Amino acid sequence: MDALDGNAIGGLLHEVFGTEMTTATGTCASCGASGPVALFTVFLRAPGTVARCRTCSAILMVIVRAKGMNCVDLRGLARLDAA
Amino acid sequence: MAGTAVRRRLTWQVATVAAVRDETATVRTIELAPPDWAGHRAGQHLDVRLTAEDGYTAERSYSIASAPGEPVAITVQRLEDGEVSPYLTTELRAGDELEVRGPIGGYFVWDADSAASPLLLAAGGSGIVPLRSILRHRAHSGAVVPARLLYSVRSWPDVIYRGELEQCAGSVSVTYALTRQAPPGWTGHRGRVDATLLADVAWPIGREPVAYVCGPTSFVETIAEGLVSLGYPPQLVKTERFGGAGGS
Amino acid sequence: MSPISRGFHGRRSDEAATPGRVPPGQYVTHDFPVLSAGPTPHTPTEAWTFSIRRARDVVKSWTWEEMRALPAETVTADIHCVTRWSKLDTQWQAVSVDTLLEQAGAEAAYVLAFSDGGYTTNLPIDDVSGGQAWVAFGYDGKPLEPEHGGPARLLVPHLYFWKSAKWVRGLELLDQDEPGFWETYGYHMYGDPWREQRYAGD
Repeated sequence: MDALDGNAIGGLLHEVFGTEMTTATGTCASCGASGPVALFTVFLRAPGTVARCRTCSAILMVIVRAKGMNCVDLRGLARLDAA
Repeated sequence: MAGTAVRRRLTWQVATVAAVRDETATVRTIELAPPDWAGHRAGQHLDVRLTAEDGYTAERSYSIASAPGEPVAITVQRLEDGEVSPYLTTELRAGDELEVRGPIGGYFVWDADSAASPLLLAAGGSGIVPLRSILRHRAHSGAVVPARLLYSVRSWPDVIYRGELEQCAGSVSVTYALTRQAPPGWTGHRGRVDATLLADVAWPIGREPVAYVCGPTSFVETIAEGLVSLGYPPQLVKTERFGGAGGS
Repeated sequence: MSPISRGFHGRRSDEAATPGRVPPGQYVTHDFPVLSAGPTPHTPTEAWTFSIRRARDVVKSWTWEEMRALPAETVTADIHCVTRWSKLDTQWQAVSVDTLLEQAGAEAAYVLAFSDGGYTTNLPIDDVSGGQAWVAFGYDGKPLEPEHGGPARLLVPHLYFWKSAKWVRGLELLDQDEPGFWETYGYHMYGDPWREQRYAGD
């Protein structure tokens, strides 16, 4: 199954952050690459949603839906700046 | 209005299916009447959620096929091993309810009133859907930017919105790539889009074009890389990757 | 309250499984869904090794040929994914982890399975021994495909299938339990489908 991009999680991110996020700029904590959330490499088919850096493949974001709540891990992002 | 960012909560709502229309043997357009639709921008999508009697749910995203100002509609391609698309393209009918949330997206959007650059649209298979919304929006708004569409599909019967694309041939230059099968007498491109075809169709970078590329991941990456090799600044090549079958 | 989508069933099997055959909250599928948190690795068998190690020290390592020379068996098992699908009577060709642990002379309280691509998952040593765990290189009589974890994956059918690490390259011996990939992001440290231990705290 090919990876998708951040566009595919636009709805989920809006739910998590309360606003449109695909135009926000994320900076990878691993390699420093920076770009729109829309271009994150996204893996949807998993026990959770995983977004990776398009440049170095490091994990940027993991969202797990557990017991009706979204558990969000953003430790892979050095920065996340709203558009 | 297009371009205005309206901040509102994104919540699920129950839309009534107003109409369904088959576009090809495996593709159907579903016109929806959501009770509380804020309008949408060309290129956005919505999420659909299905719930079975035992509570099992499945969610998918579908690009909005209609232009801003038109009733919201999605176009769905039936995937052979799909879970949701066979239901939407064969079972769902006018009068049914469909839970949706949207509109979603702020990156893969095109607004006529802030448009100045020549448009290059590249679609692989069902990737044509959001680009059709862009083209209809461009036509309705009377925008004067020139547009070219490169549309890759398996065969001629797989072309979605064929009649419509034929009708607007005067205002948008359409180039097809038939990747598996061509009708007798076909003089167009056969096989996948290659560097030569892309160079032929793409606006020269001197025109400062903007590109929207949509379809299966492999198609999008090939085209996007190709455009960047032609000198397109990466930030002016907008991409949206779909899962499932496409133009190859 | 979401409305019921008239006529929607999903891809699930309608068959009623024998009572007690399927853990709570699961449904039976005849597909074999592919779930992944990252790109599919493609490690050639010439470059493949499986190691049992303690911290960075390799206790024992096998090449692909050495692994394939070990006694292997056909394992038939039901598998249960935490995303709620279960697949019954899956058939694997595999080497028992007991064989590997014995050859390594390894002792530990826990293991952390590690894979190409960076995936990890933790298990008590008791759950990867006693005939409960394998390194599987074949599925349904054919070589295991990369998208399903090939060249080889861990197979621990009595726990949720995220514990059956795809693209497995070894086991790290631990004295204390340490969360692996999904466990770090909120999934259960142990993962018993019969007690529905999906998330931390269940």
